[in-house]
Amino acid sequence: MNELLTAVFSGLGQGSIYTLLALGFVIIYKSMGVISFAQPAFMMSGAILVSYLSPRLGFWVAVVLGGLVVAAVALVVERLAIRPMVGKAVFVIAIITIGVDIIVRVVAGAFVGADPRLVGDPWGLDTWSLGGVQVQQRHVAAFVAAAVIVALLAAFFRSTPIGLAMRAAALDQEAAMAQGVNVGTVFATSWAMAGFLAAIAGVFAAAGNPLDQNLWIVGLAALPVIILGGLDSLLGAVVGGLVIGVVEALVRNYHSDVFPDLATNTGSLAPYVVMLLVLLVRPYGLFGTKEVERV
Amino acid sequence: MLSVQNLEVVYDDVVLALRGVSLEIPDDRIVALLGANGAGKSTLLRALSGMLDIHDGDVRKGDVTLDGTSVARLSATAMAGRGIKHVLEGRRVFRELSVEENLRVGAHVARKDLRANLVRVYDLFPRLVERKDQLAGFLSGGEQQMLAIGRALMSGPRYLLLDEPSLGLAPMVVAQIRDIIAEINHQGTGVLLVEQNATMALQIAHHGYVMETGRVVMDRPAAELLADDDIREFYLGLGAEGERTSYRDVKHYRRRKRWAS
Ligand SMILES: Nc1ncnc2c1ncn2[C@@H]1O[C@H](COP(=O)(O)OP(=O)(O)OP(=O)(O)O)[C@@H](O)[C@H]1O
Ligand SMILES: [Mg+2]
Repeated sequence: MNELLTAVFSGLGQGSIYTLLALGFVIIYKSMGVISFAQPAFMMSGAILVSYLSPRLGFWVAVVLGGLVVAAVALVVERLAIRPMVGKAVFVIAIITIGVDIIVRVVAGAFVGADPRLVGDPWGLDTWSLGGVQVQQRHVAAFVAAAVIVALLAAFFRSTPIGLAMRAAALDQEAAMAQGVNVGTVFATSWAMAGFLAAIAGVFAAAGNPLDQNLWIVGLAALPVIILGGLDSLLGAVVGGLVIGVVEALVRNYHSDVFPDLATNTGSLAPYVVMLLVLLVRPYGLFGTKEVERV
Repeated sequence: MLSVQNLEVVYDDVVLALRGVSLEIPDDRIVALLGANGAGKSTLLRALSGMLDIHDGDVRKGDVTLDGTSVARLSATAMAGRGIKHVLEGRRVFRELSVEENLRVGAHVARKDLRANLVRVYDLFPRLVERKDQLAGFLSGGEQQMLAIGRALMSGPRYLLLDEPSLGLAPMVVAQIRDIIAEINHQGTGVLLVEQNATMALQIAHHGYVMETGRVVMDRPAAELLADDDIREFYLGLGAEGERTSYRDVKHYRRRKRWAS
């Protein structure tokens, strides 16, 4: 039982990171109809940037500042590389985002260096023990951070003019334009938000261990999450992220009991298997759009 | 005054949709714009509201002017900001937003007047008050059209461009919409009313234009158009109010050709 709970908590922590990443994918998808494969690079840049900033500014200031800088970079990327391509095939734009991903990743990766770098988080690998259940502090922190960010996003999309305009433009771009919504502003805002979210996710993904060049691979795990949750659903990103995080942790934990002879851990396959199973039942993912229709 | 002079519009650099159209919308008037499918009515509205861009449409010749200054190159955002609001063909409410959220988006270029405009719109459309927290996608067709018009009014526009507001609505509802348009105009908004239901449009319009294949072929006071036998027969239909004339009717088509030549 304790072992199960330990795995669930670690899964929720990892799942929170997936959620933050997936939210960025979904926000961009909703505004432009494009999947941005640049997210993993923004995630890695965030972690690297924070590793440079936190010794000087302290962890928390570094996280916020790092997130904002990556958001600004995403904004510039959108303006220079993506906006001029609007109107081209979605496929073409997706490929461009892969190009952006590689460039940003190579540039950022150059700063990782040979010495081990830390993001400077206060948790390391410390745990709390809750009645025999070991809970890693960094997982709790990731979960709390994700919860706060999700609440802020909900308020943003519900109450602010630009948030509302973004939802409107996602539903019907031309009708939103007719209300005077500037679609360029919507695109830019969505990229900046996705950049910020990816950077924060990167920091939590890197917490506890030295940075390594393969950190961005975590970003790819968000892909099955968005398919599972529904490409255009923010709720799907939240639920999907947590579900996949937990399933992955459980499989990883019980792997050796089930497949004693298999050396590679099946945990990393779990997200894709879950995704496939859900798609068999629900083609648009858990919360993907079935259009609201008057019957 | 909002107007176009000798306007030529091309889509995708090849399709000539407007071939030298001139038209005027004086402040505080209702101008009806009639014409068959494909005549170029929606294209003209797009040119007036800065919405040609996303359709790959371009002003090739002529000009769009607001109080004498050219606004042909302005974006949709800029045009909305100058008080020109376009209600798209087919209602196009944000189906998954609530009624009130739809209205709030309509106030995008006039945030500070949101309260006052919300009161005004709910006053014009009491039906929307009852449904303000419902998703717009669940409204009836008539209610959706009211929401689309109300949404446009949320920024207190000087000019309202309406693209076939009667489309697909029952005669009773069409009459209701017609009266509301007259009321909106009465409150001081200039209206360009694109319609295939010419009876409805000419009943409230001051002036009317008829378009054929990208040209204005008739330009007269609405009362004259309403009295004109040809228009009566071929555009207004002889049936009950709100009934559509069949433009595909060969005989009608030939008779209409006369105006164009
Ligand atoms: N986005 C577009 N791209 C290319 N051609 C277009 C586009 N929109 C309209 N057209 C063409 O321009 C011409 C005028 O179309 P428009 O939609 O303005 O007519 P309309 O009078 O509004 O017709 P309807 O009554 O059917 O709405 C038509 O020949 C149409 O095929
Ligand atoms: Mg039309």
